[in-house]
Amino acid sequence: MRRATYREGVRTALRDALRRDPRVFLLGEDVGRYGGAYACSAGLLEEFGPERVRDAPLAENGFVGAAIGAAMGGLRPIVEIMTVNFALLALDQLVNNAATLRHMTAGQVSVPLVVRMATGAGRQLGAQHSHSLENWFAHVPGLRVLAPATVQDARDMVLAAFDDPDPVVIVENQVLYPTEGDLDEDAPPVSPWHAIVRRPGRDASIITHGGSLSKSLVAAELLAKEGIEVEVLDLRCLRPLDVDAIVATVTRTHRAVLVDESWKTGGLAAEVCATLVERAFYELDAPVARVCSVEVPVPYAKHLEDAALPSPARIVDAVKGVLHGRI
Amino acid sequence: MKREDIEAVVIQKLAKAAPGTDPGSLDRDEAYRDALDLDSMDFLRFVDALHEALGVDVPEAHYPKILTIRACTAYLEAVLAKR
Amino acid sequence: MGEFRMPSLGADMAAGTLVAWRKQPGDVVHRGDIIAEVETDKGVIEVEVFDEGVVETLLVAVNAKVPVGTPLASIASAGSIAAVPSAPSPVQAPPPAAARVHATPLARTVAKALGVDVTKVHGTGDGGVIVRADVDRAAAEVTSTPRPDRMRQAIAAAMTRSKREIPHFYLAHTVDLGPALTWLSARNEARSVTDRVLPGALFVRAVARAARAVPELNAHWTGESAPPLPYVHVGVAVALRGGGLVAPAIHDTDTLDVDGVMRAMADLVDRARGLKLTATEMGEATITVTSLGDRGVEVNVPVIVPPQVAIVGFGKVVDRPWVVAGVVVPRPVVTISLAADHRVTDGHRAGRFLASVVAFLEDPEKP
Repeated sequence: MRRATYREGVRTALRDALRRDPRVFLLGEDVGRYGGAYACSAGLLEEFGPERVRDAPLAENGFVGAAIGAAMGGLRPIVEIMTVNFALLALDQLVNNAATLRHMTAGQVSVPLVVRMATGAGRQLGAQHSHSLENWFAHVPGLRVLAPATVQDARDMVLAAFDDPDPVVIVENQVLYPTEGDLDEDAPPVSPWHAIVRRPGRDASIITHGGSLSKSLVAAELLAKEGIEVEVLDLRCLRPLDVDAIVATVTRTHRAVLVDESWKTGGLAAEVCATLVERAFYELDAPVARVCSVEVPVPYAKHLEDAALPSPARIVDAVKGVLHGRI
Repeated sequence: MKREDIEAVVIQKLAKAAPGTDPGSLDRDEAYRDALDLDSMDFLRFVDALHEALGVDVPEAHYPKILTIRACTAYLEAVLAKR
Repeated sequence: MGEFRMPSLGADMAAGTLVAWRKQPGDVVHRGDIIAEVETDKGVIEVEVFDEGVVETLLVAVNAKVPVGTPLASIASAGSIAAVPSAPSPVQAPPPAAARVHATPLARTVAKALGVDVTKVHGTGDGGVIVRADVDRAAAEVTSTPRPDRMRQAIAAAMTRSKREIPHFYLAHTVDLGPALTWLSARNEARSVTDRVLPGALFVRAVARAARAVPELNAHWTGESAPPLPYVHVGVAVALRGGGLVAPAIHDTDTLDVDGVMRAMADLVDRARGLKLTATEMGEATITVTSLGDRGVEVNVPVIVPPQVAIVGFGKVVDRPWVVAGVVVPRPVVTISLAADHRVTDGHRAGRFLASVVAFLEDPEKP
């Protein structure tokens, strides 16, 4: 166990995968010479050579398509897309091919593909590099979607995705890359398909994922100082959702605040909310609250960007709202 | 009806007559009216509840025979056995 | 056109909190209908309306605390309904279609499990929504005394005022209850438990009859005098589990036979302990009866409840040696104590009152 950054967690897993299996190769814009837009693959070109760490042209649909072909042909590609905004260019390949082929061929064709992409805002990168569109992928049957929120998950989820025979999309919140946490490089990967309670509490549940987890934990800490104990559930896997864990936490606390950096309308928080209404209606002791991004393209200006995103203060307010002065 | 079942009814009806108390925790030979602070109205209500639950109408003259949980259970058991 | 005002639900009540409207604008009301629930130091009390007509406007929002006498609602008389245009209501809650109770799904689930009627639960959630904690509280109130501190304060205020202002004097009389108890047992023997009568009902009835016979002890002190009241509402002191007491009144007690008094007492005790008394029951006793016999007390010298001018205490019925026709025999006897207000009456009249109580007890069949 050691302290490491989130990007180191990712890099450790990439290196493991490259070492473990000669069929593995990395593919993406700037993953080779530049070491990756977020330095996740720094040093890997030197270690594994240009055959296995391949820079791709700025043509997401093209190189994702090439990776799908390679996966169908027996290789194990791990693709990096610079941001989820750019991944929209590859939606055709991901949604129409990667997600469908096992089903359309009655299981004869597998697409063992891992696609990593940065998501989220907070670093003044402007609207075209700052959105949280993971729900677009979480909508699609045939894809699995993971959202690592900790350094350990950044490693474990890449390895678990690599072990999966079907296409897995990993969304990594870009503000997390330089953050530090505990990393056990030798541990067997924790199953990524389940939600995890990151902090237990009795008064309300915050259900969140990815970059919003740390904000939620800060909010929980602030609330604890006022005697309010919130449970924080990290969804981890956005498709399929861990419905049982979502129901279980609200069954314990009877109040839910959903924190999701994407927009409210048609977002993942809406899906979790609907799940609660379907499966935990009789456990609810207050309306469900959502803390999401303000419904504008994420602004560039610092103060506007800050104002648009979920923050610990907004989460605290939402929790107090569902408690209605009850603590 | 088995003795345990009758006793359970007695305890349940005492709990109803004396809300907020736990008659089940009483010594079965303890005088429950004092222990549970049952006044004559509460006691009448208890006798009424036994009547409703078991169909046994305890006459006033027999009140002294039902003043502990054990005695009350035995009394009711004897009456029910004669049916 | 009438106004429904915050009623005085006790001598020391200065203000009350309107906790629920039971009628809405447009509802037809008759004298005696429950129109609202008001919370006082003695609990939540159902308040009756004294007008006939149609509720026009609710003037006070739920949860507002207002002084006694504050207009709470306007009531259009039945005849003028057509002429009165409906004014927009300043009331925030409840909304016009308030028939629906707003409770969270969990609150409803828990209420069902605990047997709590959600329509009677006071909601403290956002916008007055009933949440689980409210249901838990309501369930707990059924099994324990709510707000003991506030009730204690109210009792303290009333009793302090009584002892400060009222020059009490006390008389006592011990009476042979043998004939009355024999008569009662004979009656009860022939009856199912549901219809049995307790000696307490005989006591209350005897006091009611005596109050009619010697009316000057059946009065309210108005500040200068205490004119006898034309009706007899005997207040019955009811101890609450976990402490505190209330003394709601049985209306027109003197007109009831012993079965009627028993039924009324049983009902009052039930509702007093469930804190579901109406305003007039809480505020309108004209004389009070207290009995501590169940607790083994032999002599119970009570304190008058203002603005009443007399209170009668009963002790435990005990077997004592008693001289009957020159022979000592065991008899069941009870000591009756009267506390009376010396501003209003004197020992002579009070003695007559007490003798009258005794006479009714010695001859329970007396009409």
